[in-house]
Amino acid sequence: MSTATATHDDHHDHGPAKGLMRWVTTTNHKDIGTLYLLFALVMFFVGGAMAMVIRAELFQPGMQVVDPQFFNSMTTVHALVMIFGAVMPAFTGLANWLIPMMIGAPDMALPRMNNFSFWILPFAFTLLLSTFFMAGGGPAAGWTLYPPLSLQMGDGFPFMIFALHLAGISSIMGSINIVVTILNMRAPGMTLMKMPLFVWTWLITAYLLIATMPVLAGAITMLLTDKFAGTSFFSAAGGGDPVMYQHIFWFFGHPEVYILILPAFGIISAIVPTFARKPLFGYSSMVYATASIAFLSFIVWAHHMFTVGMPVVAELFFMYATMMIAVPTGVKVFNWVSTMWKGAMTFETPMLFAIGFIIMFTIGGFSGLMLAIAPADFQYHDTYFVVAHFHYVLVTGAVYSIMAAAYYWLPKWTGNMYDEKLGKMHFWISTISVNVLFFPQHFLGLAGMPRRIPDYAVQFTDWNVISSVGGFVFGVSQLMFAYIVFKCIRGGDKATDQVWEGAKGLEWTLPSPPPYHTFTEAPQVK
Amino acid sequence: MSDLANRNERSFIRVALVAVAMFGFGYLLVPLYDVFCEITGLNGKTGRVDAAEVAKRYEVDESRLITVQFIANNNLGMPWEFGPSVATMQVHPGKVYTTSFTARNPTPYDMVGQAVPSVAPGKASRYFNKTECFCFNNQPLAAGESKDMPLRFIVDPHMPKDVHTLTLAYTVFDVSRQVAMK
Repeated sequence: MSTATATHDDHHDHGPAKGLMRWVTTTNHKDIGTLYLLFALVMFFVGGAMAMVIRAELFQPGMQVVDPQFFNSMTTVHALVMIFGAVMPAFTGLANWLIPMMIGAPDMALPRMNNFSFWILPFAFTLLLSTFFMAGGGPAAGWTLYPPLSLQMGDGFPFMIFALHLAGISSIMGSINIVVTILNMRAPGMTLMKMPLFVWTWLITAYLLIATMPVLAGAITMLLTDKFAGTSFFSAAGGGDPVMYQHIFWFFGHPEVYILILPAFGIISAIVPTFARKPLFGYSSMVYATASIAFLSFIVWAHHMFTVGMPVVAELFFMYATMMIAVPTGVKVFNWVSTMWKGAMTFETPMLFAIGFIIMFTIGGFSGLMLAIAPADFQYHDTYFVVAHFHYVLVTGAVYSIMAAAYYWLPKWTGNMYDEKLGKMHFWISTISVNVLFFPQHFLGLAGMPRRIPDYAVQFTDWNVISSVGGFVFGVSQLMFAYIVFKCIRGGDKATDQVWEGAKGLEWTLPSPPPYHTFTEAPQVK
Repeated sequence: MSDLANRNERSFIRVALVAVAMFGFGYLLVPLYDVFCEITGLNGKTGRVDAAEVAKRYEVDESRLITVQFIANNNLGMPWEFGPSVATMQVHPGKVYTTSFTARNPTPYDMVGQAVPSVAPGKASRYFNKTECFCFNNQPLAAGESKDMPLRFIVDPHMPKDVHTLTLAYTVFDVSRQVAMK
């Protein structure tokens, strides 16, 4: 690492290398950010195609399109691809592009490791997707991989485990890089409490990743040895306990869902002040709220497993701890709304996505509060209500924030404005269709339709038809997004350095597009 | 600048060590979970006492009568015929009782089974102690063989007063493959 940083610094006037090898050997944070973002976009469509298969099968009761085993592997791999292949790499890509430019650093602290952590990912997901062509098919036990069901997978089992190991190693290395960059590479005067919130939320997210991804690695290694090495961590016959897997998994899993949302909070905290033309309301309370959410995420995991047979005291503890998370989250929503209050607001596409995020993420937050009520959860557990809840926080939450970020920073990255008219169309079509897609799933869940089942009772038909129609429209409309990004990279109106009238921060002091190497001389932050 | 490189390297090592430690913590959760279950009686895990200690530890409580129910289950794919010889017993806390379960292997193969106990309600499970149980060991059964497997147990007189009925459930697992692997 030391040599990487040193040599990198010796020659700073050159542009990128020529040809395809540029992308393979690059250690430039902007190149790697681009690679991450493009990889995430590809995975978004791979996972999206699987969602289309799911909605096609659920369009009517009975078995129509695929066989049940394949349906189960669709729900499983859709989740794994979207979480580990789309949302997490997209956030890491944004971190790579933006954190050095936001804190006035010339590059990430560990550029070679940066290259390595990206290039593991295509191999990880090739491994994961290759399981579809093996005897026994892809993983079909749900993304949580609960034993004993997950242990019954065919030949693809070790491939899936190794794919997750690789994805985990990639995101741990990416996180280490982000932590070291933020702690050591800030420009003079950029104190911690002057950092943009996107940098703050990523610093905390990176710590969450470093603390929890290894626990997941441990849990799936135990699955591996249970299947192949004769251990019985999760096999009751050998003195183990399958419920223990759920505890270990969710000890990782709950912080993981905040890993998927905290960087989104940072993005929204950057966009809302720009288009409200007011500084962010309550900056320090935002930082403390993020830190409290991160802390609380470690003590609420068992709310995912209220029905396993816990003592009442434990149910109460996890219920109250979970509800407590609504307080710092409420602080955030309050601050965003207060930032907009009496602001000189305009509604360009990034702002539309940000406001869409605030409203729809809050809807997802409220259904989360309903699920947190332990006695009520016995009714909602493993129904479509849960599916509706986490898609509101992940699709209209995490994914919307990523799209907002893409529209917001694309002119900076490419030097060209995106097509505003198409961007607005993309927003409105997505927002209408995503609600047609997921809102009816609340009703289905409350009426008792279980999740991860390819068939359903006929009384659920109407809402499923509506949901599927919304799903197809939403799926197809995302092709618009790919087109808008492509068009923006190719050309368009030239962007100014500041791009947006109200944009504040170091990245907006750079030219658009920024030169290959930026801040080789650290800026002075007042 | 090499000063920065050194600082980066030190930070890297520090943060990477956290990641390695957390991998270990994942494994540490396994014994922690067992200890936690033992203390709280979660999971219905039952106790085990030495036969010689019974007289020293417990006084018979003739005033209390507790119903103990016996249940037998087969894990998915386990073909044995497995069941309790009596369905219920009335017992006094502090006194040792003996009963048995019978198992028959109807297949043409030699097999090894392992029974795993669980007691409901969970809060009573740690007051249900066994001095002798077929669940302490693997049970091999030759093809077509059947066996009467003894169980000696004692209910701790300190068991909460509101518990009047205990259910002891055994699930029998096929562990032939695991035993063959060892």
